[in-house]
Amino acid sequence: MSTKKSVKKATKKPVKKAVKRPVKKTVRKTAAAPAPKRAAAKSVPVASNAEFMAHAYAMEAEAAERYAEFADSMEVHNNLEVAELFRKLARIEQIHADQILDQMGWKHSPLSSVNVRWEGMEGPETADPTELHYLMQPYHALQIALLNEKRARDFFANLAKVTKDPGVRKGALEMEEDEAEHVRLIEEWLKRTPKPDANWHADQDPPVLSD
Amino acid sequence: MSKPKEKTKESISIAITGSGGAGVMTAGTLLLEVAAQAGWYGLMVRSSGPQIRGGEAAALMRFSKSPVECLDDRFDVLIGIDWQNIHRFADEIPLDATSVMIGDPDQSEPPEVFVKRGAHYAPLPFKQMAKSLPGSWPNMIALGVAAGLAGLPVDSIKAVLQKSLKKGGGEKMAANIAAAEAGYAFAEGVPSVPRLSGKLAAGKEARWLITGNQAAGYGAVRGGVRFCAAYPITPATEVLEWLAPALPKIGGALVQAEDELASINMIVGSSYGGVPSVTATAGPGLSLMTEAIGLAVAAEVPIVVIDVMRGGPSTGIPAKSEQSDVNIAVNGLHGDAPRIVVAPNSIADCVSATQWAVYLAEAMQSPAIVLSDQYFGQTRAVVDPPADIGLVTERLKPAAGENGYLRYAITKSGISPMAIPGNPGTAYTADGLEHNERGLPSSQSGDHIKQLDKRAKKLDQFDYGARWADIEGEGDLAVVTFGSCTGAAREALARAAADGIKGRLVSLRLLAPSRPAQMAKALAGAKRVLVVEQNHTGQLYRYLRAEYDLPGTTRSFRHPGPLPMRPDEIHQQITEWSRS
Amino acid sequence: MSSPAAAAPITAQAFKSDYKPIWCPGCGDYSVLSSFTKAFAKLQLLPQDVAVVSGIGCSSRIPAYTTCYGFHGVHGRSLAAAAGLKLARPDLTVVVASGDGDGYSIGGNHFLHACRRNVDLTYVVMDNHVYGMTKGQPSPTTEPDWDSKLSPGGTGLRTFNPLVIALAAGANFVARAFAGDPNGTADLIAEAISTPGFSFVEILSPCITFRPEQREWKQMVRPAAVTYTNDAARAARRIMTDDGMNIGVLYKGERKPYQPPIGKGKKNPSDLETEFAL
Ligand SMILES: Cc1ncc(C[n+]2csc(CCOP(=O)(O)OP(=O)(O)O)c2C)c(N)n1
Ligand code: SF4
Ligand SMILES: [Mg+2]
Repeated sequence: MSTKKSVKKATKKPVKKAVKRPVKKTVRKTAAAPAPKRAAAKSVPVASNAEFMAHAYAMEAEAAERYAEFADSMEVHNNLEVAELFRKLARIEQIHADQILDQMGWKHSPLSSVNVRWEGMEGPETADPTELHYLMQPYHALQIALLNEKRARDFFANLAKVTKDPGVRKGALEMEEDEAEHVRLIEEWLKRTPKPDANWHADQDPPVLSD
Repeated sequence: MSKPKEKTKESISIAITGSGGAGVMTAGTLLLEVAAQAGWYGLMVRSSGPQIRGGEAAALMRFSKSPVECLDDRFDVLIGIDWQNIHRFADEIPLDATSVMIGDPDQSEPPEVFVKRGAHYAPLPFKQMAKSLPGSWPNMIALGVAAGLAGLPVDSIKAVLQKSLKKGGGEKMAANIAAAEAGYAFAEGVPSVPRLSGKLAAGKEARWLITGNQAAGYGAVRGGVRFCAAYPITPATEVLEWLAPALPKIGGALVQAEDELASINMIVGSSYGGVPSVTATAGPGLSLMTEAIGLAVAAEVPIVVIDVMRGGPSTGIPAKSEQSDVNIAVNGLHGDAPRIVVAPNSIADCVSATQWAVYLAEAMQSPAIVLSDQYFGQTRAVVDPPADIGLVTERLKPAAGENGYLRYAITKSGISPMAIPGNPGTAYTADGLEHNERGLPSSQSGDHIKQLDKRAKKLDQFDYGARWADIEGEGDLAVVTFGSCTGAAREALARAAADGIKGRLVSLRLLAPSRPAQMAKALAGAKRVLVVEQNHTGQLYRYLRAEYDLPGTTRSFRHPGPLPMRPDEIHQQITEWSRS
Repeated sequence: MSSPAAAAPITAQAFKSDYKPIWCPGCGDYSVLSSFTKAFAKLQLLPQDVAVVSGIGCSSRIPAYTTCYGFHGVHGRSLAAAAGLKLARPDLTVVVASGDGDGYSIGGNHFLHACRRNVDLTYVVMDNHVYGMTKGQPSPTTEPDWDSKLSPGGTGLRTFNPLVIALAAGANFVARAFAGDPNGTADLIAEAISTPGFSFVEILSPCITFRPEQREWKQMVRPAAVTYTNDAARAARRIMTDDGMNIGVLYKGERKPYQPPIGKGKKNPSDLETEFAL
């Protein structure tokens, strides 16, 4: 249990500071469709500390991987500013993930990523790919990050509520606190970030064909 | 056609005709076997009405003591087991005053079109004679008559019938042997046919009885093919029917696809997997296949497509021959798409040319189209066994785990190592999209030009050896032809030589890519070039004019199918042109 | 994350190419790619033993984004190419990727016959109810009233039900997946690969460029309420009466895959000559 706690700190706090905590999730509206609300991930039935840490690891790793994919995708589509932002987010999440491994003394997680299951469709910190747009701006990216930090916070809060394991509860509460701080940081960051104008997604040219 | 021609080749031509149930094809096939048994050569071309069962049919045969490659200009003998609608074959069965017609007077008189040609008529009551020999069939009498008129030994008939009627039981065998003997005896009373004489060429015991379609199938497996996917179509189906039981015996398989789009894509897939693959089709199928043949060009996947040509366009004349797919074979893909086109020029060459096509396709990682035709495909012939050309499938492959593997690397030969799935470290995506050396899609002009050059170069620079064409004879007149016109052209040139007119023959085996330097050598000094082909628009002629600097003056001699190109019509062209 | 030790299990990452997708940011196909790599890792396959075969379309771009052997053929013919490959190379795991246009329209005939032939393939169709790559025309699964340049006011045609057709034509495994659920989709693909015979996985994969309203799918899909059946008639009834949003394995049969015995015959070609010899 104490391990869990230290992991938590080691993982999240330093990172948070270093990168000014741009964390995840968004509710961006595209011209086309209202972004659907995501239900907060429900609790995963974790019964032991190791299991808890393995899931925490999976959460971070999955989130990191997703942001890296977003960054790649933005690069391919010449949106370098947002690509850089997603790259940062990916790095942060990856550091968190690696710190969990270090902390637990694992070479790799005992829970293979392909076997991780969440009650929702994806991990509680994993960004939704359909929220992307090739002309999106940093503001949108931060909205995505914000949503995911909130989801992560709620996930841990819920876990703390339902778990019967006191160690797990303690770790979850700490995580919840961290994520709540990330939420605040991103909210601040968003305030400093210019809002896109109404026509941010306008493109005078039609799509290119390569069939 | 009314005057008998001087023949340099000693041969006898016999047509057996009749309507459904008469057993014309069986009689013809057996006659061919009798000739083979006696040590002769021969071939049998099939012609029939459009009916699936019961239609009029003709077995058109020619026999000789030396190899036979084409039908003659005329027929010595026409046997009508009955005459129902046989007049429809009048163009295909030219008779003259020295020909003999045998028919059943109890049924009807011979058709007017044949009678008009002045052929001698010898009535033979087939049905009645068969009735008098219970258990026998009229077509066995026809077999005996034909064998007798040809001058075949009666023992050979017995030997063949004993073998082929074994299944039917002793009684049936005896009756039918008796029927054939009765026919044979009847023939002795028919005086005017020049029966074959002379000795057989020595050492010709080991011969094959084979159709062009079987030969093409066998050539494919000799070349290393172990997978076939195909959709049935006349006149290519027999290639598939031969391959279906043959492939499993040698570790391969044939799959019947849902259509030609599937069959061609299936073999592109199987060959991508490393297994040399073939399909066989005819014009309508080839039309459907063109998109995926282009894929094989772009993705550099070796495949062999055997096109057994039939009359076109569209559904055309399914069961009859025409060399009218030259255009689609040499040009019929979109984009700049170099491909190999190989044409066998005899039934035996259907083995060797197809084997060669497999070799070329595999060596150059390219599609190869084999242009056979119905005349070869469905004709059964006694041939000398074609020697194995000794060229074996050899695909260039990378080593396992090769570093920085580039599937479409630019090399000196234009050929780059092709990784086969399962090989570690060299995975790549084969792509019909233009790509860079690694195989990743690219629309950049640099990559496009490099890959276009590569694909053109590998075909251009390849050493095709002497096999690109059969070049024979000398003289300032040259006949350039391909495929099933070759036999007739060769014979026409032999007749011209007998008249004192020298000429040479260039029979192209490699239609694409073109070989300008070799052609220039083959035609050096020629003043007249006669291009002979069996189609309406002179597809080969136009192709040659586009691809080659033909010397002197050129002429196109052509006619569409279904009538075969005959030696005499080419001979006439040569004679007239030489005199002018 | 993965240690270089030989004993380390194959990760999903090992199946990801360094070549980056050109899909629109937000396209559902990104998640399908991730499901592919997860499914392969889950089954601990080796990249060189997997072939990903496709036709033409946005969805069909997937092979080069993996580290497997890939085949990007022509429009609509992926199933044929894949069948040829699998029949000639039964040792490979062959996964076919297609779109609703590629698979149900131009390739519709091959779809029927692939189900019927039951070659051991896994057929994954990324269905976005539109021709993405050609800029948004209606496909066989497009709603009749969907307006586009090529079909002003909609086609008025009823939609094609690929799952029922697959059942009727003889597919041995039928599942519906949702791109937004990459882990669940990975499980379905892995199960499809592990099930002998022709396995069909239809993935609802949003085209956010031409069908942005498909973002709502994530609120509409749900796990199928009942476990799959091996009774095709019952499965067909369920599929025909659901709203197209039930996710999961819907049918699993026990038909023997079609596979001619390749490599068994040991004769030489010259042994075949006897039938021609006189
Ligand atoms: C023979 C042929 N016809 C038409 C096309 C043009 N084409 C390319 S992709 C495509 C439709 C793709 O739709 P779908 O399969 O649904 O794939 P998506 O892009 O939606 O993933 C068409 C019509 C082509 N490449 N080839
Ligand atoms: S057009 Fe649609 S299907 Fe194609 S990449 Fe873009 S979002 Fe995906
Ligand atoms: Mg589509």
